[in-house]
Parts: sequence; structure tokens; C-alpha cells
Amino acid sequence: MAKTMTVEQATEGSTVVLTPKGEIDMAHSPSLQKTIASVQAEKPPKLVLDLSAVPYMDSSGIATLVEALQTSMRNKSKLVLCNLSPRVRSAFEISRLIQMFSIAESRDAALKA
Amino acid sequence: MSRDPDISIRIFSAPEFLRPVRVMVDALASQCGFDDHSCGLISLAMDEALANVMRHGYKGQRDGRIWISAWTHESPDSLEVVIEDLGVSVDPRTIRGRDLEDVRPGGLGVHFIRHTMDECSWEQRPGGGMRLRMLKMVPAAAPEPPR
Repeated sequence: MAKTMTVEQATEGSTVVLTPKGEIDMAHSPSLQKTIASVQAEKPPKLVLDLSAVPYMDSSGIATLVEALQTSMRNKSKLVLCNLSPRVRSAFEISRLIQMFSIAESRDAALKA
Repeated sequence: MSRDPDISIRIFSAPEFLRPVRVMVDALASQCGFDDHSCGLISLAMDEALANVMRHGYKGQRDGRIWISAWTHESPDSLEVVIEDLGVSVDPRTIRGRDLEDVRPGGLGVHFIRHTMDECSWEQRPGGGMRLRMLKMVPAAAPEPPR
């Protein structure tokens, strides 16, 4: 019965772009975590997470992205988030982790970052 | 909290019920007079509180009972929510958010609740489990500037 969350994957040159679609909460963050981990296992130089289709994210979603950030630092690769909705941005701001991430306003800007 | 709640529901401790509760609380907060930003924050606090019960109170068990009661108050306008469960009972003094300087996944839920709500308090239920009470006041409208 759970409304599903899907993740679209695209490649732009050497950059992998993941676009999760749906609300990311405790029910769906494990699936996002699995997808990101499988992409990061290939060690692409840059991973962009386009959050334009994510209207909501809770602390489990943020924890998933913190884990992804730590992996990218270990891999010496880039992780860029883009298109945060006001509610998702607000959750990041409350967590005070927003300054840890590279955040772009658009997908194009994220690809150029 | 002496009168009956405006809304009272019981859910199982399964994560797929987080979204329906968020939608309900979002709508109730909007009806109470909160703006969209505050509705989002209240839903987030609610979600974090329920996720904590599922994760820590029921240890991932999906058939635990969680009771949610909500009251809308006037003068001053506010929204009050009480969450009760029959999961693991802990000393409320041990419930605290993690140090935000410590950058690691997890442990943010209590910080979100405390940051978002005007009042929040945990207590052990006499029959076992925990009770969390949260209150959020509708901000007073800014006075009109003198003409």
C-alpha cells in the first residue's frame, strides 16, 4: 500500500545524475540508500542528486545523504544536490548540515559545479 | 487537554503509515491557521516522533500500537498532539538530540522535534510505553502599521 518512490538514473559525460521521485521518509530512505550505494560503488567522479521531484524529506533521508557525502569524500569524488524544494531545504537548514553539502539551484548548475 | 481530542487515530508501527499521518497533520495545522512553512515543520516533527517510536520504542516491530490524539485550541490558537505507545519505556531524561557538530547519519529526530515545536515533553505511561506531548502556537499576526 505504500506510495512508492522511484529513482531515475542518467549519465551526463562522466557524471551520474540520480533523480528520486516521491517523498523520502523512513519507509523509502533504505531504497534510496541502496541505489546511491550501488552507483557510488562504481566510483563516478561526480554524482548529482536532482531533488526536484522530492516534495518531502525527513531525517532518515538526510542521514542517507550524509552517508553518501561521507562515501564521496572517501572516494575523492563530488556530490552535488540540486533543485531542493522549500520544505526539503528547510529540513536541511534545521539539521544545520546544509553547509556541508554542495547545493546548486538547477540541474545545469549542478552539472557545471 | 481536558476535552476529547478533535482527531484520534490508532496506527500500527509500520513506516508506510507515516505519510497518511503527515497528510492529516498538515491539513489540521493549515486549518488551525499555520502558514505553509509551519505546516511543513509540524508534519516533520510528527513524522520524526512516530519514526522514533517505530525505531526505538518498537525496535522495528510492525504490529505495535501507536495512538495519536490532536486538539486545536483557540485563544491562543494552537495545535496540540499527543502520541502514545506500548513500546520500550525509557527515562525521559535520556531523550535528547545529538550534538549537531557531530556530522554523522542519524540521531536528528529529537533535534527536529525540539526545534520545531514550542513545547514537547516525554513521559512514561503508567501502563507501559511512552507518551509524547507536543504543542505549537500559531504566531500572532503582525500589527497593522499606523496610517
